[in-house]
Amino acid sequence: MDLSFSPEDLAFQAEVRAFLKAELSPALADKVRHNKKLTKEDMVGWHATLNKRGWLAQDWPKQYGGADWTPVQQQIFDDEASMANAPRIIPFGLKMLAPVLMKFGTEEQKAHYLPRILDGTDWWCQGYSEPGAGSDLASLKTRAVRDGDHYVINGQKTWTTLAQYADMIFCLVRTGTEGKPQEGISFILVDMKSPGITVRPIILLEGTHEVNEVFFDNVRVPAENLIGEENKGWTYAKYLLTHERTNIAGVGASKAALAEVKRIAKAETVRGVPLSDDPYFAARVAQVEMELDALSTTNLRVLSSPDAAASAGSISSMLKIKGTEIRQSINDLARRAIGPYAMPFVSEALEEGYNGDPVGPEYALGVAPDYFNNRKISIFGGSNEIQRGIISKMVMGL
Amino acid sequence: MNFTHTEERQLFKDSVARLIADTYTLDARNKAAETDLGFSAEKWAQFAELGAIGALFSEDDGGFGGAPFDVTVLFEELGRGLVNEPFLATAILGGGLIAELGNTDQKAVIEEIIAGTKQFAFAHGEPKSRYDASHVETTAKKSGEGYVLNGAKAIVLNGGAADLLVVSARSSGAAWDEDGLSLFLVPADAAGLSRTAYPSIDGLHAAEIRLDNVTVGADALLGGEGKAWPAVEKVIARANLALASEAIGAMEVARDMTIEYLKTRKQFGVVIGKFQALQHRMATVLLEIEQARSSVINAAGRFDGSRVEREMAVSAAKTLAGKIGRLVAEEAIQMHGGIAMTWEYAVGHFAKRLVMIDHMFGDVDYHVARYVALSKEAA
Ligand SMILES: Cc1cc2nc3c(=O)[nH]c(=O)nc-3n(C[C@H](O)[C@H](O)[C@H](O)COP(=O)(O)OP(=O)(O)OC[C@H]3O[C@@H](n4cnc5c(N)ncnc54)[C@H](O)[C@@H]3O)c2cc1C
Ligand SMILES: Cc1cc2nc3c(=O)[nH]c(=O)nc-3n(C[C@H](O)[C@H](O)[C@H](O)COP(=O)(O)OP(=O)(O)OC[C@H]3O[C@@H](n4cnc5c(N)ncnc54)[C@H](O)[C@@H]3O)c2cc1C
Repeated sequence: MDLSFSPEDLAFQAEVRAFLKAELSPALADKVRHNKKLTKEDMVGWHATLNKRGWLAQDWPKQYGGADWTPVQQQIFDDEASMANAPRIIPFGLKMLAPVLMKFGTEEQKAHYLPRILDGTDWWCQGYSEPGAGSDLASLKTRAVRDGDHYVINGQKTWTTLAQYADMIFCLVRTGTEGKPQEGISFILVDMKSPGITVRPIILLEGTHEVNEVFFDNVRVPAENLIGEENKGWTYAKYLLTHERTNIAGVGASKAALAEVKRIAKAETVRGVPLSDDPYFAARVAQVEMELDALSTTNLRVLSSPDAAASAGSISSMLKIKGTEIRQSINDLARRAIGPYAMPFVSEALEEGYNGDPVGPEYALGVAPDYFNNRKISIFGGSNEIQRGIISKMVMGL
Repeated sequence: MNFTHTEERQLFKDSVARLIADTYTLDARNKAAETDLGFSAEKWAQFAELGAIGALFSEDDGGFGGAPFDVTVLFEELGRGLVNEPFLATAILGGGLIAELGNTDQKAVIEEIIAGTKQFAFAHGEPKSRYDASHVETTAKKSGEGYVLNGAKAIVLNGGAADLLVVSARSSGAAWDEDGLSLFLVPADAAGLSRTAYPSIDGLHAAEIRLDNVTVGADALLGGEGKAWPAVEKVIARANLALASEAIGAMEVARDMTIEYLKTRKQFGVVIGKFQALQHRMATVLLEIEQARSSVINAAGRFDGSRVEREMAVSAAKTLAGKIGRLVAEEAIQMHGGIAMTWEYAVGHFAKRLVMIDHMFGDVDYHVARYVALSKEAA
């Protein structure tokens, strides 16, 4: 047992720090830190900055223009970038679609799409969920019917994150109705500018436009946009779930958020004493910090283990449950820390270019909205109930 | 022992419930929250007509109630409707302080409060006071017959719509001394008083208020100079009783919406209410809400007892409201799944109000600490 990073990892960490110091603008970091709204340009711009350095596609092999980092290196980057309040990497193209393309895509598909993910030509969104198919994803109904060298798609996707910015959507669609529902699903790539696609915003409970409904009305998609074989889409989607292990726990983001809570607790005072010295509050922070420190090590144990792949599904379930629970308890600490200033909600103050009077301290502005918004993290990507079900089945055989 | 309401109170409860069920929609409420006023003037008039505001004042003060159980009954219904009309700011806080401390002339305005024609706010909290009710740095300096007020007030509920403010200011003592607090009735358009009003995340409105050499006459002073603390403490206790009751109404609606959803939403070929993982948690939600209700009954029942008895029971009720309100809010969202994350679906609005109730007049940690301190006094 040795808890310390190797000399190579330490050198890498120093390199990452120097990069962040040079390339991450304080204005952008300030937005991220205070949960202000990032514009599309902010997100695209940060991708471009990383891409210039060759650090955007961190887990891709070198042959596709990736950095080919070890899982530990990816974790180091995530910790450092999060602590520096860098924007998160938008995962849909880079982390969700790309691994599927690399494993199951044709040479033409790889050659066409992968570079466009890297250079930002295509913003991807994920079209899995439907109104009737959430946790029971395999019950999805959006139909794709072969018509010559096209598929014709009819149906509806929902909860599609940032579809309002997207150039492309990867979808699970129903191509077969025989056998188990999982056996009639295909994985297909659709141009968002196709005639027949309508995107309608869904406003979230704290007022933001982050997700959408996407309607398909006789949308014609070239057959060459199918990934792999017809009716094998579920296998490809599941491959993705087993493949994705890094960053599920969100350790870096939680560390950054906890650091922010501590800064707030030093600034807030109760009868002249910093809130950080209040025994009730300090005890709450301490307990979350202990948990997070343990999760960080759980995460590194998983990432460092050579045979982790065998049990990847259940392990990613564990990381997701613990990671989201800890993140949500940090959101809860933050709302407690700002006290009565959790209430004021001047949504324009979270937008770029706002120059009205701030209400309360700047660090309070985005806290309550983020607390409510982050209720989503235990719901999406397989809810925590579904994840516990997976552990019960796969680990305990129940 | 008798846990039923008097017939009269039950009738009142039913009439408020009916008005809300028949005419009060979440959609209209949220639209009103986006206006500068922050609520519906029309609804406020309807509530006044029904006697809902008068129910919060004693007969001596021109009302027809004012007992602790009148507060709990009304606010529970307001919570059910997610009502954002300013009962708390105008009637409980503003009107309550005047009822506690006002002389005959000053009390004349209660009639207008009950009629729904005067809006009030309690300009008390300050940027650095958090939940500490005796923390007041705003100063009141004697000047001739009257006073000059200087300071800043924070998150003043209904501060933008108020015609009159009850302003707390320090006549003597250090920042958080209980002695030395005075209250003044100040017209919202007084020279030197400036307000920045804004919405809150749960559909209410508040304001940041500055007092720059605001001069008031001797007749503006409510009660004795420097002697306001006992009334402030008691009126805030009433506010907390109201909030804990409001929370119960909101929790029960969130609970019922979730149960209904568990019975209708199908995944994996069955209604999701068939999953024991959800059933047991819903059962916990159910029994915890009963606990919250009992703590409110305790607080209302002990409200007219000794100060320590009252304050402990109120802190207990507000603690349970904060803790259980959060549980209900988070579980209602989680068990609904994505749909509860949307603006369009009602349960999220109940969740926001429930969590924000914990941020008004003391959160869980504040009230636990206060309960500990009061227990020592009681011993
Ligand atoms: C903000 C946000 C962003 C999203 N982004 C995307 C996106 O970009 N692309 C996309 O395709 N989808 C996206 N989703 C959808 C997300 O994946 C679904 O919300 C999720 O799969 C849950 O489905 P549901 O909302 O229909 O809830 P339901 O499946 O209806 O679940 C309701 C409740 O029942 C529970 N439940 C269901 N089945 C079981 C069971 N077997 N045992 C125990 N409990 C169960 C759930 O855990 C939940 O508590 C997003 C969702 C949100 C909220
Ligand atoms: C947008 C979206 C994103 C999602 N993201 C995730 C996610 O990141 N992780 C996740 O676990 N679920 C995720 N889900 C939920 C998931 O797709 C299924 O809904 C859930 O796994 C239940 O599927 P099922 O009952 O049809 O079982 P099936 O998928 O038919 O299960 C078949 C077998 O595969 C096993 N299995 C299930 N999950 C996994 C896994 N993760 N790895 C390996 N084997 C597995 C099952 O235990 C079972 O033995 C997501 C759902 C949506 C809508």
